[in-house]
Amino acid sequence: MPHDHHDHPHSLLPPEPALRVKALETILTRKGLIDPAALDEIIDTYETKIGPQNGARVVARAWTDPEFKAQLLADATAAVSEMGFYGRQGEHITVVENSPVQHNMVVCTLCSCYPWPLLGIPPGWYKSDAYRSRAVREPRRVLADFGVALPAETAVRVWDSTAEMRYLVLPMRPEGSEGMDEEALVELVTRDSMIGTGLARVPG
Amino acid sequence: MSRVHDMGGRFGHGPVIPDAADAPVFAEDWHARALAVTLAAGGLGQWNLDMSRHARERLSPKDYTRFSYYEKWISALADLLVERGVLTADDLRGVSDDERHELAERALKAAVVPDVLARGGPADREAGPEAIFAVGDAVRTLRPAGNRLVDGGHTRLPGYAAGALGRILRRHGNHVLPDSNAHGMGEAPEPLYAVVFPAAELWTHPEHPGDEVVLDLWQSYLEPA
Repeated sequence: MPHDHHDHPHSLLPPEPALRVKALETILTRKGLIDPAALDEIIDTYETKIGPQNGARVVARAWTDPEFKAQLLADATAAVSEMGFYGRQGEHITVVENSPVQHNMVVCTLCSCYPWPLLGIPPGWYKSDAYRSRAVREPRRVLADFGVALPAETAVRVWDSTAEMRYLVLPMRPEGSEGMDEEALVELVTRDSMIGTGLARVPG
Repeated sequence: MSRVHDMGGRFGHGPVIPDAADAPVFAEDWHARALAVTLAAGGLGQWNLDMSRHARERLSPKDYTRFSYYEKWISALADLLVERGVLTADDLRGVSDDERHELAERALKAAVVPDVLARGGPADREAGPEAIFAVGDAVRTLRPAGNRLVDGGHTRLPGYAAGALGRILRRHGNHVLPDSNAHGMGEAPEPLYAVVFPAAELWTHPEHPGDEVVLDLWQSYLEPA
């Protein structure tokens, strides 16, 4: 039963989106179905506690600890769980490693699947029609929108997140970072480098 | 066969506009509220993740196209709340009572939010059939892409990858089948694989001869090739 309705219930709510959210929140709160304090807690979690700083710590550790890197590439869910990065929208994690001959890039063409415990809530562009439609067909032109150009010998592998497996790109460690420790390396790991629409920052 | 959300490969969307380095997590306060209301309402346990994805996909193409991201979330949530019998149309119209709801005892409490978010909801299952494909096996996706159980139903095989020849790259074990679970027909877990396709198999003018696209696909989406 495909449930195609021409009288969608949502049209009974105010059309202006901020008012639509407010109206639904008010109705649910009055009936005891949601607790506004729980909403505040959810928002605080994703605004301040869970974000790309988590993924950056994973990458920096993989750059400096070969044993951890091997474990990360073999079973990322277990490896990042040990660092405390497990949870909603990150129950199944795979880490894919960039190299001079292969660049990885992640998209969700059907919706907006994204590794929340490692990167937080996806940015607006990741959820945009332009990124969802183009990343699979013309990844280099999309990279150009981010100011990134790949060498001619580098092939691109695009991962379309069609199931509950969430992908994190392990970017190449940048030149000039040889003497840096894990803490300093964290600062070179950008969110976009872990999605594959960017490269790690070059120090200096 | 497909709906408007199935947009992989579509032409005409223009450039991707990256955000500023210091962009806030939520561009507007109501975006944050929309996300939080959706997560909290999901905690009532009246639908599963596949049903909520399907509810967004079932917005009319006109609404799906004109709505911003969180407008889709909040509108699909309103639809789902009524369809699943949690709210009535009169509730949405604001003409009903404010009596405590029978599901109120299930409401997500602030104190348990960190635990609930940290626990997640894994989709892998022990049950289900054995994997029939091994890493390296050649496979072809079904064509057309579409739900084989429910006409016009939810599926996770994008239209652009229908009928394409690829090979098994990784095995992910057995996972809940969205085509069944989205319609309340049970989890029906089955083997899930990462399948790699040469870009030339999918696109008329691939950018580079070595490019590939990987999709996670369930065993019933695949045939031996």
